Amino acid sequence: MPSIRRKRRLELSSLAASEVEMNAMADVKVMKTAAETALAQEFAQARARLAGGPAIAEKRAAAFDVFAREGLPHRRVEDWKYTDLRALMREAKPLASPPDAAAKARAKTAGAVLGDVETRRLVFVDGAFVPELSDVAALEKGLTLGSLADALADNDPALTAHLGTLAPASDVAVALNTALMGDGAVIRVAAGSTIERPLHLVFVAGAKPAASFVRSLVVVEQGARVMLIESHVGPAATDYQVNAALELFVGDEAHVDHVKIIGEGSDALHVSTLATVIGARARFNAFTFTTGGAVVRNQLFLKFDGEGTVAGIRGATLIKGKQHADTTLVANHIARGCQSREVFKSVLDGEAHGVFQGRIIVKPGAQQTDAKMMTRALLLSDRAEADNKPELEIFADDVQCGHGATVGAIDPELKFYLMARGIPAAEAEALLIQAFLGEAVEGIEHAGVREALMDQVAAWLKARA
Amino acid sequence: MALLEIKNLHAEIDGKEIIKGLELTVNAGEVHAIMGPNGSGKSTLAYVLAGKDGYQPTSGEVRFDGKNIFDMAPDERAAAGLFLAFQYPLEIPGVATMTFLRTALNAQRKKRGEAELSTPEFLKKVREVAKKLGIEQEMLRRAVNVGFSGGEKKRNEILQMALLEPRLAVLDETDSGLDIDALKIVADGVNQLRGPGRSFVVITHYQRLLNYIVPDVVHVLSRGRIVKTGGKELALELEARGYAEYQEEAAA
Repeated sequence: MPSIRRKRRLELSSLAASEVEMNAMADVKVMKTAAETALAQEFAQARARLAGGPAIAEKRAAAFDVFAREGLPHRRVEDWKYTDLRALMREAKPLASPPDAAAKARAKTAGAVLGDVETRRLVFVDGAFVPELSDVAALEKGLTLGSLADALADNDPALTAHLGTLAPASDVAVALNTALMGDGAVIRVAAGSTIERPLHLVFVAGAKPAASFVRSLVVVEQGARVMLIESHVGPAATDYQVNAALELFVGDEAHVDHVKIIGEGSDALHVSTLATVIGARARFNAFTFTTGGAVVRNQLFLKFDGEGTVAGIRGATLIKGKQHADTTLVANHIARGCQSREVFKSVLDGEAHGVFQGRIIVKPGAQQTDAKMMTRALLLSDRAEADNKPELEIFADDVQCGHGATVGAIDPELKFYLMARGIPAAEAEALLIQAFLGEAVEGIEHAGVREALMDQVAAWLKARA
Repeated sequence: MALLEIKNLHAEIDGKEIIKGLELTVNAGEVHAIMGPNGSGKSTLAYVLAGKDGYQPTSGEVRFDGKNIFDMAPDERAAAGLFLAFQYPLEIPGVATMTFLRTALNAQRKKRGEAELSTPEFLKKVREVAKKLGIEQEMLRRAVNVGFSGGEKKRNEILQMALLEPRLAVLDETDSGLDIDALKIVADGVNQLRGPGRSFVVITHYQRLLNYIVPDVVHVLSRGRIVKTGGKELALELEARGYAEYQEEAAA
């Protein structure tokens, strides 16, 4: 693993040199970047009016301390090696104001990426829940919905107990989210309920370059079934910032599908986290679809806490220009006999930079874990870059684990075969790219969502040609 | 009139000359067989005609229906009516056979200024063609050639040919790896398509295929040149005597 190698290098260098290096590092830590200073000011100004009682205020303060201590993560932090947020986030935008009528009007058509898939939409504009744009009427039996801002204001004890228990407190992106969270969805699916209509959380950024911190909490109880879709969209050419976190409890025998669509505007900075704990004999599928944003960091933290669960964690990324998209995944197998499949595909054009870091951890008690991770990047240009870092940490002796990573260009033999049948070059490439991503997209169980995403792929390819 | 006219063609792969002054004229409606030992340039000729990267013509000319094919990309050659049945058809995981066939057919039609086929029209046409060739629907539901046996892959090539209705089909060792039953199916497919408007260049190492696809003209290719041309009886002669004398002739 790269981290070990780096330590060795330090040991090999002379003591004096490493002292110099450490002093230098300590100096860098003291120096706050403009963005770090702005975030500290933002928190100082906002903390009094941020929602929540004393228990929440305490959580916010503790989380902010993590950020104050660590600063924005940079390339020397192994987990952020390829996404140097300190360098990529030049400034911190002010917290978004509540959306005005114009912003709400613009948000009406957002989330159209799903085509005609029928969903229950919960719309957030600039990080704030907008009930009048949302479908909150006639809830199915067993479904409870609310906004995080309301739940925080009400000091809902159930919420206070759950919030922040799943997301890793030491992760700076999560810490900032906890410190500054404004609104989000709070959803409960009662034991044994099946919610037919997918829930669609639509996060829309407004026209101003502002920052929103959204936090959602979803509890799916034993044997319940639900599909949860998040889409993140916003205007092009506006350098807004989004930090979104979702904590998801998947109960025993529950069946949960999660799809996140990152279709942010061209200049957006998007950091989002899915943190989930999955119970026994559950089914869990997660899919991330990334096409938007200037800088995207998508984090998944999964904990397999009950035995016999089957999970599919997949993703497809299509980026071009100078886009940067990082998927960082930690699948932590604590319980025995779980199966996880991780398949991440990225298509990189122009000078785009794709990152995949995937770590599978198998704890000593997690015997008979069956975990396989595959990541593949397809480079469409000489200047695109893919960094893949798969890691396995296995502490049990009776497991089946594997990982694979490939980076390559379009196979010229296949392209020639298609062209020899009369298919023009651009169309031949598009077919092969669709096939490449298809393997990941096929993991989505909902046919309508699958088709809508493949339509998005086709649209991206058309725009490319 | 000449549908395909090759004049003094020289071509190389990785700087090595493989085709060394090849001459060939195929008229509309004719079936020509090109036979030759391994390494004589048979497959190279096929790829040069189809326009594969790395198969570089260095001099001479190839006219298809009077047009210089070296000015045309592979897809343009296909749309003009040139078809290559691959010796080793490729597997394309994730691309459904039907999507592949429809995209190819409609791309060609579009390029020729013809209306694209609607989905029902296309399905009807594929079913008809598949039925004639004895291809089961199940094969069409899979990804292109994925999990196909050697025989199925070759049959799929013939299906594509039948669907795309080229004016000239080049069959590159379509008989290789086929048992006698598969060979008959492939040959039947070709014979069904024979007609005054369509020509074939059948490249093969063995005479066996020519029992089923009876050629009008047989050529012997050796060391990058046509060294002998005759009628269908030439194939039998080669079968009996082998290629040795022609290899010497070409070397001389």
